Amino acid sequence: MTRRILIDPVTRLEGHGRIDIRLDEAGNVSHAFFQVPDFKGFEQFSVGRAAEEMPTLTQKICGVCPTAHHIAGTKALDDLFTAAPPTAARLIRELMHTAFIFEDHLLHFFYLGGPDILVDGDPAKQNHNVFGAIAAMGDTLGRQVINIRKKVRAMNAMLGGSALYPVCGLAGGVSKPVDAKMRAEIIQTSTDALALARQLLAVFHDKVRKKPLYKEMVGNPAFNLSTYYMGLVDDNDRVNFYDGRLRVVTPDGRPWACFSADQYLDHLVERTDAHSYMKPTYLKKVGWKGYQDGPDSGLYRVGPLARLNAAKAMATPLAQQEYERFYDTIGHKPAHNTMLYHWARLIEVLYAAEQMVTLSRSQALTDPHVRTLPTQAPTSGVGVCEAPRGTLIHHYQTNANAIVERCNLLVATQNNAAAICLSVEKAARALIKNGVVTDTCLQQVEMAYRAYDPCLACATH
Amino acid sequence: MAGPPTIALYWCAGCGGCEESVFDMAEQLIGVYEKTRIVFWPAALDARSSDVEALADGEIDAAFINGAIRLDEHVQMVRLLRKKSKCLIAHGTCAHMGGVIGLGNFFSSKQLLACAYQHAPSMATPKGPLPGQGADTGTTRHPLPGLLPAVLPLDRIVDVEAVIPGCPPPPETMAQVFDQIIAGVLPAKGTVYAHQKALCHSCPRRDTRPERITVSRFKRLQDTLWDPTVCFLAQDLICLGPVTRGGCNARCISANMPCRGCFGPTTAMDDFGAGAMALIAALMADGDETDYEALIESIPDPAGLFYRYSLAASILGKGRRP
Repeated sequence: MTRRILIDPVTRLEGHGRIDIRLDEAGNVSHAFFQVPDFKGFEQFSVGRAAEEMPTLTQKICGVCPTAHHIAGTKALDDLFTAAPPTAARLIRELMHTAFIFEDHLLHFFYLGGPDILVDGDPAKQNHNVFGAIAAMGDTLGRQVINIRKKVRAMNAMLGGSALYPVCGLAGGVSKPVDAKMRAEIIQTSTDALALARQLLAVFHDKVRKKPLYKEMVGNPAFNLSTYYMGLVDDNDRVNFYDGRLRVVTPDGRPWACFSADQYLDHLVERTDAHSYMKPTYLKKVGWKGYQDGPDSGLYRVGPLARLNAAKAMATPLAQQEYERFYDTIGHKPAHNTMLYHWARLIEVLYAAEQMVTLSRSQALTDPHVRTLPTQAPTSGVGVCEAPRGTLIHHYQTNANAIVERCNLLVATQNNAAAICLSVEKAARALIKNGVVTDTCLQQVEMAYRAYDPCLACATH
Repeated sequence: MAGPPTIALYWCAGCGGCEESVFDMAEQLIGVYEKTRIVFWPAALDARSSDVEALADGEIDAAFINGAIRLDEHVQMVRLLRKKSKCLIAHGTCAHMGGVIGLGNFFSSKQLLACAYQHAPSMATPKGPLPGQGADTGTTRHPLPGLLPAVLPLDRIVDVEAVIPGCPPPPETMAQVFDQIIAGVLPAKGTVYAHQKALCHSCPRRDTRPERITVSRFKRLQDTLWDPTVCFLAQDLICLGPVTRGGCNARCISANMPCRGCFGPTTAMDDFGAGAMALIAALMADGDETDYEALIESIPDPAGLFYRYSLAASILGKGRRP
């Protein structure tokens, strides 16, 4: 007799999803499917809207990665109106975006996917959550994380208006400069963020990496996918969240492509799956071979682990040390185990904090000149940045009156969509055998997608 | 209520921002968790839909629902939560008025789907099937929920006791609502957790607003440098503060950007867009028909701007009960 296991809804992530596992008569997995029942239609209802409203309109795709949408949308306006932001505006944007990735990665590590590796014990007791994480990591550290995250979000509210939905992005600049008093607060917050980031890495090495479940999963090939990887890099091929070129490496780590955002249509393709609203993407020049990994499949991954794999180095000294320790420990690059996303995310937390300190101390930050008024008629603009969950591209085409005629969005989790489905299926097949289904193995099936920190509202938009 | 209050939080077609408004309560959230029994909250806890089905009718004291009603399964879920709850709270702009998602009502469901899954320039197969087409009917995979003909606010589907406006609501407002429920008081029918008056009354630029403002042409943001201390309308930039309920701490104004109306209409009107159009009419300088036309022409997307958050709740919209 066949049997069905439904995990509905999947939890501790942004958006709607369900896992549908079907067992054959022997009790082994015949299908394991990750479905996303969520759709809004942003690409259609953005048509007819005024271009200047797009960074604040499209960020409503996601309340968990709104700053990334705001930045990608604002950069698309820079390109659309051919208006480069003054130095101070660029610094303000990168500071806000980097601070956002810092606090959003903490959201994942303590509230969403992190509790899977922070909290021990029976998942049936339902304490794999932020409250269990605080208990596991200690009340002092837990409250420290909460309070630093609150301070960083307050800093971004000061820069962009709202901690959640910034509104400061304009074509060719930002709406509000930073003054000396604001800068003093920003330096203090960034310094506090860096101290916490260092502490978290130490705790990760001392406690989390040594946990038996995590060690077992990091060494378990059921959680490996041998895929291509993509991420934004600077001129020296180092990780950058705000700007750069998109670098792709092969499953064995060789450079495959390096292109600017306006060439995305030459490299990335979306496809429809009849059973889900989530549109997986793949590499155009490799092609779609179904839900499978390997060098012949165009399936690729983005996000923290992919950014580290796709880059040659980190741009800040402490993060670089951790980067080297990471690959020395793993023993090969690229690293393919999905559970390593957690570790890579914390290395990015450290990079983000160091970068916040650097940006906050830049003399140009307090220059009151933060706008470049456009002088050219708009036609088409592409903006790119790294969202916490991976590469994000906004593309707007308008008429001469700057009314949107076409909007195309390639959103972070879409790039991971095929890998997420494959990770869930691979974990389910490996962990469920001969009809034995435990809470622990179902938890590990869920861990196979949570490590990506998926955002399903983004993946469907 | 005997014992700690029982709470549920759920999302329909939302963005997760309303969940963040709860996370952003920071340390106060720990107190809420300790003093309540949270039985369902997919963003943070591991309970499933079947756990809600297993509850007794009325067992939940207060259910917070965010997001618009977009898919048929949202209707089923909010009806289930209504049955299980004494008090249902529309949490955030999308549950309140449909939110930005409601702009989808300018188009048919088929147009929305075809644009995303067929016509996008990055699609592999422009003539490929839409989601749900060609899918099996559930024999090997769960059937895909379908789109409703239109986006609806929560109160078009179920009775709602209270509204927390805002995209997103401020975390301090969320804390206030939880504190009240923990104290044993469920919100009275019709409660709105925001100001009674328009944002202008609490705007930091209030004193710079002239007694009478007249505008002959509106300017656009990308073409204009403006004074960061002076009323936007007095500088010929559209700001919807005069017709928007206050309670947001003027957060967009603090970033030197005008209001776009996410808190919805004040008690003085039902239809936000109609109120916004009345505002524009009141700003018209004396002139002839050509001058009036020039003023209207200077607004690049009036329908999208005035109904940005409220099209699904509008008297002009498609927001009838299914």
